[in-house]
Amino acid sequence: MAHSGINVLFEGRNLIRLFGGLWTTIEIAAVALILGLILGVILGVLRTFQNRLLRVILRLYLEFFRIIPTVVLLFLFYYILPKQMGLNLLANEVATLVFALWTAAEMSDIVRGALISVPQHQRESGMAIGLSRWQLYRYVLIPQAVSLELPATINLVTRVIKTTSLLMLISVMDVINVGQQVVEANNQKYPTGVFWVYGIIFVMYFAIDYPLSWWAKRMDKKRLERANG
Amino acid sequence: MGSWQIIQQSLPLFEKGFVLTLWLSFVGIIGSIIVGLICSLLKYFQVPVLGRLAAIYVEISRNTPLLVQLFFLYYAFPVFGFKLNAEMCGIVGLIFLGGSYMSEGFNGGFDGVSKTQVETGKAIGLSRLQLARYVVFPQGFTLSVPALAANIIFLIKETSIFTVIAIPELTNTALDLIGMYYRSNEYLFMLVIGYAIILIPLSIILTILEKRVRYGTFGN
Repeated sequence: MAHSGINVLFEGRNLIRLFGGLWTTIEIAAVALILGLILGVILGVLRTFQNRLLRVILRLYLEFFRIIPTVVLLFLFYYILPKQMGLNLLANEVATLVFALWTAAEMSDIVRGALISVPQHQRESGMAIGLSRWQLYRYVLIPQAVSLELPATINLVTRVIKTTSLLMLISVMDVINVGQQVVEANNQKYPTGVFWVYGIIFVMYFAIDYPLSWWAKRMDKKRLERANG
Repeated sequence: MGSWQIIQQSLPLFEKGFVLTLWLSFVGIIGSIIVGLICSLLKYFQVPVLGRLAAIYVEISRNTPLLVQLFFLYYAFPVFGFKLNAEMCGIVGLIFLGGSYMSEGFNGGFDGVSKTQVETGKAIGLSRLQLARYVVFPQGFTLSVPALAANIIFLIKETSIFTVIAIPELTNTALDLIGMYYRSNEYLFMLVIGYAIILIPLSIILTILEKRVRYGTFGN
């Protein structure tokens, strides 16, 4: 072998391109997460209201996004938005939209779960001292729910980041798509380059997700210790 | 051609894809449960070296996407003479991913057994093995059931990613047909129905299991 495979990374602009792809990935994940988490909190609060119709609709929304695999969701939006609704979005925008809606669905369930597990006497005490519904959520329920839901939310974030690997399927120029191009362009010169290119992508995802999931795990453990003594 | 005809003609292909999705999921899930259980036991009994290795494997597996794991197996390993066909890659990849999720599920169950139970066991003089056998495992497995069921649903959904290495499961079947005939509405409809048939019953079972375990634990 004339060239060691790892040099494929330092050939030309390969490494810069890979990081460029990673940036696209992060951008889409970040925008989708910001939109999705905000929407998810709103939907989660709405799901704790008494209105039956509202609850059924939001539950169906959640189940739809939970049951259909994300790959399929991406293609559904990718094909159906332009064709049936005349909405021509870029692949990046379609992906952001799908991830945001999916995040919102999952987040709504986390928020709802946290809100209903705040002890009943907290809610009743709040009502007894004459808080309005808005005040009850703002000062009593949401602050307590946040600490309950934080680990699950961080885990959701890591899931969304991992799922961005699917972006390449609808030809977004994400890190994996760039990686494939680098591999194909350098295959002659660096037959083992494929190992290093996918290797570095593997490491990139791990480097982003591991600290987050470690943090979530630590918080969960602390809570368990507090609860269990 | 009308939509109905399109759907009817594609039915045999979708049936094949459906069966393949089920089969790959089944093998992958069984494998994941075995790998996960082994990892959890190594952790629980704090087996030296192997326990450490299992912990490292779990962190690597659950913090990287399946798609990248599959690319590694399918494209990068053959360079070093380790070649598997697409379906084997899919199964190995799914087990590699699922093992860590299942292990986390079991761990969650074991950790969920209350400290009072464990300490009571110790107080009556149970050995570590007896403690595991009679106190922690029976309760821990029950507590981990909802997490395992959620993982099963998750892993079935993940098989849709197999399309990137051209395994002709449900998603791949639909995408292939769309590529050939441009009837995206009909084929996407079939695709969604295919997953719904598998996943809706499972998700209902999951909800029931969650309620039962909750009832068993808290009595409400």
